[in-house]
Amino acid sequence: MSTNGNDTLHTISVLVEDKPGVLTRVANLFSARGFNIDSLAVGPTEMHGLSRMTIVVDVETKTLEQVTKQLNKLVNVIKILEHDQGSAVERELMLVKVRAGGEQRQRVMEIATVFRVNIVDVTNATITLEATGKPDKLQALLSLLEDFGVVELSRTGRIALSRGDRGIKERVLKAAND
Amino acid sequence: MKITGADALLKALEQEGVEVVFGIPGGASMPIYDPLVDRSSIRHVLCRHEQGAGHAAEGYAWVTGKVGVCMATSGPGATNLVTPIADAKMDSVPIVAITGQVPTPVVGNDAFQEADITGITIPITKHNFLVKDVADVVETVREAFHIASTGRPGPVLIDLPKDVLLAETTWKWPDHVTLPGYKPTTKGNQRQVVEAVKMILKAKRPVLYVGGGVIKADAHKELHDLATAGQLPVVTTLMARGAFPDSNELCLGMPGMHGNYTAVTAMQKSDLLVALGARFDDRVTGKLAAFAPHAKVIHVDIDPAEIGKNRAVDVPIVGDCRDVIGKMAAELIARQEEAGGPPDRSAWLGQLREWRQAHPYRYDQQPDGPLKPQYCVERLRAFADDDTILISGVGQHQMYASQYWRFERPRHWVNSGGLGTMGFAVPAAMGAKVGQPDKRVVAIDGDGCFQMTAQELATSTTEHIPFVTAILNNGYLGMVRQWQELFFDERYSGVYLNPDVPDYVKLAEAYGAVGFRVDHPEEVDAVIEKAYAVEDRSVVIDFRVDPREMVFPMVPSGASNDDIILSPDQASPHADPMEAPLA
Repeated sequence: MSTNGNDTLHTISVLVEDKPGVLTRVANLFSARGFNIDSLAVGPTEMHGLSRMTIVVDVETKTLEQVTKQLNKLVNVIKILEHDQGSAVERELMLVKVRAGGEQRQRVMEIATVFRVNIVDVTNATITLEATGKPDKLQALLSLLEDFGVVELSRTGRIALSRGDRGIKERVLKAAND
Repeated sequence: MKITGADALLKALEQEGVEVVFGIPGGASMPIYDPLVDRSSIRHVLCRHEQGAGHAAEGYAWVTGKVGVCMATSGPGATNLVTPIADAKMDSVPIVAITGQVPTPVVGNDAFQEADITGITIPITKHNFLVKDVADVVETVREAFHIASTGRPGPVLIDLPKDVLLAETTWKWPDHVTLPGYKPTTKGNQRQVVEAVKMILKAKRPVLYVGGGVIKADAHKELHDLATAGQLPVVTTLMARGAFPDSNELCLGMPGMHGNYTAVTAMQKSDLLVALGARFDDRVTGKLAAFAPHAKVIHVDIDPAEIGKNRAVDVPIVGDCRDVIGKMAAELIARQEEAGGPPDRSAWLGQLREWRQAHPYRYDQQPDGPLKPQYCVERLRAFADDDTILISGVGQHQMYASQYWRFERPRHWVNSGGLGTMGFAVPAAMGAKVGQPDKRVVAIDGDGCFQMTAQELATSTTEHIPFVTAILNNGYLGMVRQWQELFFDERYSGVYLNPDVPDYVKLAEAYGAVGFRVDHPEEVDAVIEKAYAVEDRSVVIDFRVDPREMVFPMVPSGASNDDIILSPDQASPHADPMEAPLA
């Protein structure tokens, strides 16, 4: 998974009707049109019957417009919001099981303290960490842990909310013409 | 009062004004066919293959502007609809496909004749529905027709499990459609319209690049106003033939891979392209980077995603072509009146006239030589009136039809443009005839295409839907043969069909149609007259045409439109056929 420094990565929030097949429709559109999904996270919202997808899409700027325009054509897609760099709070949850037997154990625990992440499971040979944060923080943590040996890794993909007072309902991504 | 889901479906179709359904029944859809017996307002045309039912629904929609309806059972019935649904998606044809499905308790169990048709058709429908609750049947039909017919039209599929069709519900027609994620922009932004008109008035070499959206929007009158008031030359794409009359001197005809020199070159040399309901398809633009390099672009389309998809745009206008072109015409006329008349376009129009005289479409029909397909098309047109509806399949004959027929009216030309579906013509002609029973319908087909869907001639006979099919029979998959001749060193591979198999006259007669065969040029007129005189049955004419004849002009796939080849002796052996795949 790439880091936030890659400027072809864009985070978009897509408000969709919670209907069967909506995830298939979105995923299909991405594969059929050759758009690359870096990560995708889906969950319910504050509004009944609506789900929110946070999609990190890897595109050239020109095709980002195509991505949002094509997504807008899906009947079950209500709204799309593109998060500009810095205008959104972005977080991701990561569970990582690291080799931490013997003298390595103390060093992994030190890293956990420095990064302020939780230790959620310990065995004689491993430690499992639960880390939440911005993508670049998780990336930094992960690159340190790789030296010990990552046994297993699971990430949720990024979720995001725009900064400021307003919610997605008031912030519609403008179409080309209005 | 309680009614079944199937009854509710039929009643809802009636509410939508459906007068005909093209279909084939099967196990899962049988509950629909039972109440159909008692409904005289909906005609069911029993087709011989579901693909035929789908194309018939398309043909009906093309010529009427209404939503065409086709119906199939679950599994193979539904999957046989995939090709026409994909065809309708590419050409923005409003159809609703209704499929039976296995009962909900066994959905997902690999039951007999089960196929996940909503899953299969997600990429090729505008939207689709799997109805799991009988209470949702009516609302779903309403939504399906709304989605199919508004905005950029397209195919919508409704999948109805058998138990849902048999369950009971209460009839209630919804007052309105609630689709929070579906709100097409139809009204064009007036400020953008003004910008566009200013640009048109300043342009020295403007071209109106008219696509199928103008016909879909019924915007031909508005287009005529805009073009004639502004003295603006018009090209009509394959999808837009008839949107502007070929007889008007501003009409340059078809652009693109097999378009005429003037239409292609006018766009190349243009300083302003006004794209109206067109999508800068690769068959029109040729090599995109070299397409109309000096032109600014105004792009009017109801689908925002088309704007800027292939070509950068200077003035984008999202909206229905009829609304936007009407506003553009009004604004243009007002500004020209203020300025004391339209800008002087004599130099540009004179240049176009010169090109047209120097480079018309050409073919050579010797009186005693082999029969030329172009000649057949011209003669078929000569004996037809402007109200004749022309259908074509896909390939060489399609290009000859578009090049040599004279189109004067919208919705009088039906073909498979985007998907390029061989076998489209016969069933689409049948659907067109059902939609316009008082008009003559002529299908120009190839021998390869014809054999893919010819069985619908049986439907034509039993359902009394007469039309004329003119097969330009060269015994080959002609367009592939042409590419092999030009780009593959004449190494013919998998293209020879044999003009004598089947015997098309006997085949026609076996289906209850009238069959004619034409071998020589001097027989052409007499046979066409005889064919057009038959009104109670379908007719098949087997024109034995020269297999060596090729479609020109031609812009090789992947080449720039500047490198248009006008005749076979100009065909470059060095063109690289692998640069873009044959399609």
